[in-house]
Order: sequence, then structure tokens, then C-alpha cells
Amino acid sequence: MTSPEPLAISLSGITKAFPGVLANDNISLDFRPGEIHALLGENGAGKSTLIGILSGMQQPDAGSISVRGQRVRVTSPKAALKLGIGTVYQHVLLIPSLTVLENLMLGAPWWKVCDRDGAQKRFEELSQLLSTDLDPDVPVGRLSLGQQQQVEIIRALWHGELVLILDEPTSMLTPQGVHELGQVIRRLRDHGVAVIFITHKLGEAYELADCISVLRQGRVVGHLGKDEKARLSEEEVTEAVVAMMFGLEKATAAETEVAQGDAKLPHEGPAPLTQEGPPLVALQDATSQGQSGECPLRGASFQIWPGEVLGIAGVDGNGQKHLAEILSGQRPLAAGRLTLAGQDVSHGGVAARRRAGVRYITDERMGEGTVAAHPVSVNLVMKEIGQPPFWRWGLTQKGKVRDFATDKIGDHDIRTPSERTPIGRLSGGNIQKVLLAREMAPDAKLVIFNKPTYGLDLHNTLRARAWIREGAGAKAAAIVVISNELDELRETCHRIAVMYQGRIVGIVDNATTSETEIGRLMTGAEVA
Amino acid sequence: MAAGDKSRLDGSALATVLRILLPIFLALLVGALLLLALGKDPLAYYGYVVKRGLLSPTGLQASITRMAPLLLIAAGLIVAFRSGLWNLGVDGQFLLAAVCVAALAPGMAAHGFGDVITLGACFIVAMVIGAAWSLIPAFLKASHGINEIISTLMMSFLGVSFANVLIKIPFNDPTTTVPQTATLPVEDRLARLGDSTVHWGVILAVIMVVAVHWMMERSSFGLKLQIVGSNPRAAIHAGLNVKLLTYAAFAISAGLAGLAGAVDLLGVHGTIRADWNPAYGILVIPLVFLARFNGYAVIAFVFFFAVLMIGGESAARRLGVPTFFVLVLVALLMLFFAVTEFLDQARKKKTGA
Repeated sequence: MTSPEPLAISLSGITKAFPGVLANDNISLDFRPGEIHALLGENGAGKSTLIGILSGMQQPDAGSISVRGQRVRVTSPKAALKLGIGTVYQHVLLIPSLTVLENLMLGAPWWKVCDRDGAQKRFEELSQLLSTDLDPDVPVGRLSLGQQQQVEIIRALWHGELVLILDEPTSMLTPQGVHELGQVIRRLRDHGVAVIFITHKLGEAYELADCISVLRQGRVVGHLGKDEKARLSEEEVTEAVVAMMFGLEKATAAETEVAQGDAKLPHEGPAPLTQEGPPLVALQDATSQGQSGECPLRGASFQIWPGEVLGIAGVDGNGQKHLAEILSGQRPLAAGRLTLAGQDVSHGGVAARRRAGVRYITDERMGEGTVAAHPVSVNLVMKEIGQPPFWRWGLTQKGKVRDFATDKIGDHDIRTPSERTPIGRLSGGNIQKVLLAREMAPDAKLVIFNKPTYGLDLHNTLRARAWIREGAGAKAAAIVVISNELDELRETCHRIAVMYQGRIVGIVDNATTSETEIGRLMTGAEVA
Repeated sequence: MAAGDKSRLDGSALATVLRILLPIFLALLVGALLLLALGKDPLAYYGYVVKRGLLSPTGLQASITRMAPLLLIAAGLIVAFRSGLWNLGVDGQFLLAAVCVAALAPGMAAHGFGDVITLGACFIVAMVIGAAWSLIPAFLKASHGINEIISTLMMSFLGVSFANVLIKIPFNDPTTTVPQTATLPVEDRLARLGDSTVHWGVILAVIMVVAVHWMMERSSFGLKLQIVGSNPRAAIHAGLNVKLLTYAAFAISAGLAGLAGAVDLLGVHGTIRADWNPAYGILVIPLVFLARFNGYAVIAFVFFFAVLMIGGESAARRLGVPTFFVLVLVALLMLFFAVTEFLDQARKKKTGA
């Protein structure tokens, strides 16, 4: 070794432009072996592009990458793996019907005979290194998400243990899962792996990382080295990083709170509420039929009073999607009852529920919430097609639709070139604003938010949460917020219901319950 | 961003003209090379096509007459394609409706029903038969999500075969030696426009294309179909009755194909021989794509194609070039349109527009 501190990977002047955006602007970063390096930044800060370049999915327009001091070109994901750069993406990319070992053996050249013994040996080696206890012969589909992620980590390290890139690895894990992941990462660090940890949660970065780099608008705007970070207290680190992330001299309290993610800071919940009179919404023993791979409802019940916000917590895939679809009328109830203001509405479809005052803001904004190729104006009235005043005698009243759209665009600060722009060209935050505008009704009785801030940047996250706290533009509606971010529920809800395997396993008061308690419920532990 | 928009606007008129003319020119050029390879004079061929299909009065009238079934089929395809349904079974729907009308019309005329009642009944029967032939694919698609491309094609083969059975057995005219349906007297067919040989079915067809275009663009029903077509999950999310809309789109599309069969029979042929299958549907599908489902553009493309067809048939007889050479030209046209489109998209990506 010639230099005292050999670098695992060194990026120099990496620049990558996409139509209209400079995703990476002259980024230079060094990643050292035996160090956990957190990359922090908001949505659109350029994190994903940088991972894409490191993992060979994308080629930079300018700049160079050196691995162990050698200049290299990472031409494909395969090439990246060969160089010892493994990436674990946010979403699991394994084949559920294949076993753990079979998944790991994928990607070998087709002309070679499967080397089961060799694979088994490598698997045991890495299992020992990670200190995990996975059965190599069990189908991946039967593993928990945390275990699946461990398989992904093993796969990423399969061809070498130089660099491990983790893209938002905690987004789908329970608090316990996050803890276990932390242990795995630390073991890898001690083994000499350079771990690159991408996140937008400051709390995680502080807890796990040795050093932190902050990206904003495609540039590296700040760096906290190992020694510096060790010297500062958590508050000082938080303040420094928040200032870098948002380009502020001093972050406002609210922004600090969001940026900290799961960090246990005192949160400000909604104004207290007394449950007076009969409940506005009552769901009784709701069950649904799910296809394979979906988690159906297996008897969910709750009641919500006017003006109350009920949070639905739980790890993704425990029946939340079905719950939202049942409430909105998109999915029929297999059994059970839904009453709204004393009326039984169990059997209506979407249109009937909407007439009864139900509004649903889906989490799949592009998948089902909007029609990408259609203009913003049409998407704003998508749930009113055929109804006056926008349609008369079945004919589109173009002027009415346009005026409505321009009003909404103004009221909700939707950033779009015009109301005729296809909605698919808007950013996620602005598409969310379109949905919020569309689902706003002063006389709404039940408003359902499914992951309302998923994929939004900080500004829009704060905006959406404030919108929920203020009652979603309705007078005393019952509000359901489904989210897998506990801090979001802590901030917006009066009570929090926890879902586990299609059931509501507990409903707790937000103000008087600890996060540990909720975390325990999320993993299926019985109510204390 | 704003500057980019402006420059695109300035260049857009020229670019649009280029996008249409360049592929046509290239297709004609390659077609000419093929003709040379066959030992024919390309200029003579193209000259005949233009002269016989466009410039001579009888040729032009024949071209315009030919537009009627093509336009009605195109109208149906616009509805289906914009609703995201690939109704490739129009030929079966067309032929079956035509055969039924071929049996019904002479019978009704012989029994002394008036023209209005006869024609009206024929149009309705044709549309119902066409729509009925799409019922199975529509059911399979709506209730089981089975790909309609395969099911409509299979139903089309069945429809064409079944039409032949009808011609040869129940609807066969015993007074003729070849199997064919009874002939509708010329005076009972669709009336001509003025002194021309063009029947008023052409007007009906143009009206239908415009009506369909207008329905898809301006009505709530059309918008619902569009949403089902571009994002079926969004349609469910918005509470649209996707099943019903699927049936409706199929019924309209196939009904218009059936109407095309009625108009072609009542306006031109008057009788159908066994094994006759013009396969207009397969010819019209690429045109509808070229026109990007725009009704007005469809009218232009269909006219262009009708001239090629009529002129090409005439030129084929004169020069001994196979009639199918017209299809070669259309195929080349498609190819070059696709290439131009691809290059245009690539250019847009590159310039970041």
C-alpha cells in the first residue's frame, strides 16, 4: 500500500444530465474500506442517479470512477459486481418461488453447470460474516422482508466484499428489523467493507454512519468526516446536516423533525379531540378476498368520530391496501359491514361511496390515481366524468373543466406549465397536489390517505401532513391515514391502529403510547 | 424550457409535413426499385396508379366508392383502439354481417317492403350481427382478462368460415351455378349521388368517422373509454364500470364493421359469392395507426389508400404487376413511417425536448 488510507472507490467530477435536470453535478466523493458512509438528501437530490452510476446501470456524462486506485468504467451491473460493487435496492428483487441458494446462483453464465457445492460454500462463508441464520433451501417468498434483504446483501457481496451500496434499506423494515440490519452493516464494516448507505432519514444516518455526505440538487453540499462526527453531539450533527440539506442557515423546528425521521424527538400531534356522540364511521369485522401474494383483511374493525384522524400503522403488506380499497369501495367486502353516519354503505361501489362522502387519496399516484397521458385538467375531474357542471347531455364543457382546473392549480399551488400539460410530466409532489385537490370536499365524511407522503420531498411532505392535521379541507370528516412511517402517524393522528396480517391488533392513543409499544404491535406481539 | 417550446413550435409545421412526406417518398422510391427488379417500368406503374385511381373520372369515382367500407371499418377501429382494445376481428364481423344482409335485402325487396324500411332493417341487422360476433371476445376480456388480440382473430376466422357455410347452404341462390346469395336488383341498392357511380354510403361513412372522432374527443362516454384504454386501473379507481365499457367499445367497433359490410353489399356488390373475402380490416388497421386514431387524418389516409387500390388494380392488369404490389407499397409505407417516427423520437430525446 502506497497511500496510508487506500480508497475503495473514488468518484471524481461525476456529472450526469437528464432532459431538464442536472441530476449529478460534478460530484467527487471518496469511500474508504471499513467505513459506513451515509449519503443523505431529499428526493431528487441525485442519490438514485449516483447509485445508478456506481452500479453500472447508467453511464456518467463526465467524470471518472476509480476502484482501489485504478480508473475503471462500470459498463453494466454485471461489471459492477465483478469489481466487487454490490447494490441492494430499495425494493426486493428476488424470485419468490426459487430458494435462497437458487436466487444466489442466478446470473451465472448459461453454459456452465450449476455449481451447487461452490455456491453452498460461499453462502456459508457470507452467512458467517453477516452472522445471519438463513436456510439456503427455503423459497425466498416464505422469508420475512428483513430476511429477504439479508439474501440481497449476500447476493450483493457474492463476487467480492469491496463495496456494499444500500439504497434506503430501512424503508420496509420493522424497528427490530432496522436494528438487525444495523448489526449486519457494522459487522461488514469491521470486516473491511466500504458500506454506502443511502437514506433521507437523518436519525438513521447519525446512528449507523461513520461519516455523512449531503447531496442537494445534484451537488455534494456538505460532508461530515469520521472525526468531526465523533466530536459533535447528536443535536449538533442534526443541525449541521439539516442546514446542508436545505441550504438554510438554521433549519426550522418542523424541518428538523421531519428530517430526523425515526429519531425519538418529542413530536407535535394534532389538537386533542373529544369523541362526542355516535361514531361517524364504523367498520365491523371486514374481510376481503385476496389473490396470491396479497394480504386480505381477516376481520378488521374500528370506529372513527367526526374530526378524528385514525392512523393505520403496520409493516407494508399486512392488509393496508385492502383496507383502503374496501373503505373507498374499490374492493367488495367479502363479509362485514361499513356504516357511514349511521347508514349501511357496505354494498356500494366507488361511485356510491363518493356520493356518500368518501374520498380516497391513493398511494399509487401514477399506477391508478392518474392517467399519465391526459392533461392535468382532465385528471382533476377524473372521478366526476359525466356529471354536471363539467358535462351536460354527455358533452364535455371544456370551459368549465378548464376554469375548475385553473382555480385548483392556483389554490393548491400546483406547479405545472398549464392545465393542458399531461400529468405524467409533473413531479411527484405536484401530482400529489392534484390528487389532494381532486379529493377535497367540504362535506366529505371519510377521507382515506394511503401513504400520503410516499416519495415526496420535505416541503411537500410538510404540506401534506399539515393538510391532514387541518382536516383535509373538510368540516369534521373522519380521516384515515395509512402509513408505514411512524413519525408521520405520530404527527397527524389522534389514535393509531396497528395492522398485522389483515387484522387490527390494537388501537392506541397517540399521545400516551410509546413508539416501542407500537413497534411491538407491528411485529404481531399481543396487546399488553 | 420556454425557449425549447418556442423553437419546437416554429419547426413543428415543417416537421409534420416532413414526417408525412418523407416516408411516402421513400416508400415510392423503394417500390420503384422493386418494380425495376421485376423488369417493369416504375414510372409507368405509378403513372397508371395516379391516372386510373385519381385522374380519370371513373377511376376517381371507383376510389371514392371504395372508401365507404374502409372508412366505416376505420371508425370502428378508432373506438376500439382508443379504448385500448385490439379488435383484430373486423373481417369476420364485416363478412358475416354482409352475408346476412345479402340474404335479407333481396328477400325484403321481393316482398315489397319500401327502400327505407329495407335499408334501415339491413343496417340494424348488420350492426347487431357484427356486435354479436364480438360478444365472446368481449366477455372473455371483461370477465377473465383474456387477451382480445387472439380471441378476436380466432373469431374472425370462424366468422369468415361460417359466412361461407351460410352462402353455400341456407342462403344459396339455386338459380345460379356458382354458390352465391340471391342478387339485389340494382334499383334497390343504395342511391347514387347525382350522375356519379358513387353511392350515398360514402357520405354515411364520412359522417360516422367524424361522429366517432367527436364522440371520443368531446363526450363523457368517449373520455371514459379513453381512460379505460390508457389506464384500466385508474378507471377502476375512478369508479368506472370497466366491464360495461369494454362490452360497449367492442359492440360499437364490431357494429361499425358490420355496417361496413352492409354498405359495401348494398352499395356495390348486391350479392356475395362463396370464398369472397376482401379482408379490408387487415388493410385498414395500419392506416388507423398511421393516422394516430385521428378521424380526419383517417379520412385522408383512406382516400390515399383507396386511390392506390383502384389504380393498382388497373395498373396490375395493364403492366402484369401482381395486384398484391399495392400491399407491398403499404408495407413499405408503414416501415418508413415507423423508421421516421423512431428517428424523430431519438432526436427529441437527444435534444432534450
